[in-house]
Amino acid sequence: MAQTDFESKNKVPSSMAQVGTITKYALLDYVRSRRFFIMLTIALLISALLTILVGYYRPESFLSSELTFYNRWWGTSVTFVVVLSGIFFGGDAISSEFQNKTGYFGVPNPIRRSSIYVGKWLAAFIASTVILVIFTAITVGNGFYYFSGVPYEFVESLLFALFYLVAVLGFTFFFSSLFKSSSISILVTAILFLFAFTLIQELVADLVQIEPWFIITYGAQIVGNVLTSPYPQHQITTTVARFTFTSFNATIPEGLAILGIYFIVTAVLGLILFERKEF
Amino acid sequence: MPSVETVNLSKRYGSFTAVSDLNLKIEGAKCVGFLGPNGAGKTTTLKMLTDLIIPSSGEALINGVNVHAQKKKALASVSALIEAPEIYASLTPREALTMIAEIRGVPSEERKKQVEDAVAEVRMEEWIDKRVGKFSKGMKQRICVASALLGNPTIVFLDEPTMGLDPRGMSEVREIIKSLRGKDRLIFMSSHILSEVSDVCDEVAMINHGKLIVYDTLPNVTAKFSGVNNVVEVGLAHSIDSKIVTQTIAALPGVVSAEKVDDKNLKISFSGGLDVQERLLNDIVNLNIGVISYKAASSELEEAYLKLITATL
Repeated sequence: MAQTDFESKNKVPSSMAQVGTITKYALLDYVRSRRFFIMLTIALLISALLTILVGYYRPESFLSSELTFYNRWWGTSVTFVVVLSGIFFGGDAISSEFQNKTGYFGVPNPIRRSSIYVGKWLAAFIASTVILVIFTAITVGNGFYYFSGVPYEFVESLLFALFYLVAVLGFTFFFSSLFKSSSISILVTAILFLFAFTLIQELVADLVQIEPWFIITYGAQIVGNVLTSPYPQHQITTTVARFTFTSFNATIPEGLAILGIYFIVTAVLGLILFERKEF
Repeated sequence: MPSVETVNLSKRYGSFTAVSDLNLKIEGAKCVGFLGPNGAGKTTTLKMLTDLIIPSSGEALINGVNVHAQKKKALASVSALIEAPEIYASLTPREALTMIAEIRGVPSEERKKQVEDAVAEVRMEEWIDKRVGKFSKGMKQRICVASALLGNPTIVFLDEPTMGLDPRGMSEVREIIKSLRGKDRLIFMSSHILSEVSDVCDEVAMINHGKLIVYDTLPNVTAKFSGVNNVVEVGLAHSIDSKIVTQTIAALPGVVSAEKVDDKNLKISFSGGLDVQERLLNDIVNLNIGVISYKAASSELEEAYLKLITATL
């Protein structure tokens, strides 16, 4: 079919610029939303609870050393904050475009669907990072109160946590692209991250004695493990009576690889799904 | 010259065919009504023309560019209001419309004015900085209509644009569509309201069971398929003598009958198409009887519609 000589008077911006536009307005929508304040409240509640309990009881398990403090405080709770942020901001990021019909407002415009997907992903990442930064600031504030500084392992752990957030959001966006119902996509991702992955990880390691390298939460162990000195052994086998239990700890390169692969695979699949999904 | 074309366009969902080998070419600045019963394939066609769904086969072309293969280029000068879109609840109309203006490439120095003008056009100025989440369905629909005005589009797709609006809102949106018509635009509008199509559109395309039944000018469709003479309604500024109606107007070329509906409204039946209708308008205006409005009556379109749709059941 021959193209007519009619040309548009508008100069449609580059896809990169349109990603910026979507990020800006999706972020505005996120930070004004009720779920942002709920997520912020959860992060502040966890921080407040830890601050009060550690301040009042002064537990040895927290205050024996600087690294132990960050391991117990940050290492045990940050993955929960990351997962919740991922579910809150990514769980229905794409499915809501279908269920709430917001897609009808943005999609029939001169913009690639991939620009909408990436823009919303960046907005979710920035909103989650804001929560993570607040949680980090309170952690570091307490760390400075009890000890003089911040160990470099904590900086590593923070970077790993951000990388875990990247992978979690890749995964939640993928599941969000799978469904047209917001509640189902949020529910499925919440069940997977809060119960199923941990359960599978334990079962596979303990009962079958196979390293659960294919589970994202296994890779996320590096966030807490890097705050342990020395770094935990890769494989630990314990025999109790006639039973042998095996537990695995992801090495840092292994953990980074798992998180990276999870992000790449789920991001590509999520994008393909969104490109092909029909309104 | 803007153009919209479908070439053997089909959409199948399993064994159900929503649109079947649709071939339609619309060119030029005009308003085309897209008619058909529920489930005829109107919205499916509009969705394929805006890449909301992917054709099973065939092509949807805008200005000769395949919409699915080159969406950004094809939709560069298009605005669309398909179904009843929702806007991100936390945004204000100003923010939501600025987002669309940015996406469409409206220059930054014009953006603010365009957004404010569009909001004024749909009479939502008071609400421009309030969050959309609290708006009624009709208010949201107005904002969506405003979004269709942004970026000076040369092709506008409207899917039942007055749906969800109160009578005043419906009338205002019709006026907006009429005002858009005169600006070198091609408007392709689906609607169930035949009087609306008669009022606003120059041409009609009818579809049923996913197949195109007819595409022609409004007078031609009614002349060919209504089985009766065309009827125009003439509004007058003041009352006129009945003799002028029964003797002078009734005797004009092409006129079959003329009657007074009331003191200031006439109903004139004529045989022929658009050319006769145009000449008739000239003749009536030349009589200096105070013509203030002249429009095709919807009843003929309704009759043609029912006849065509029944024939394809």
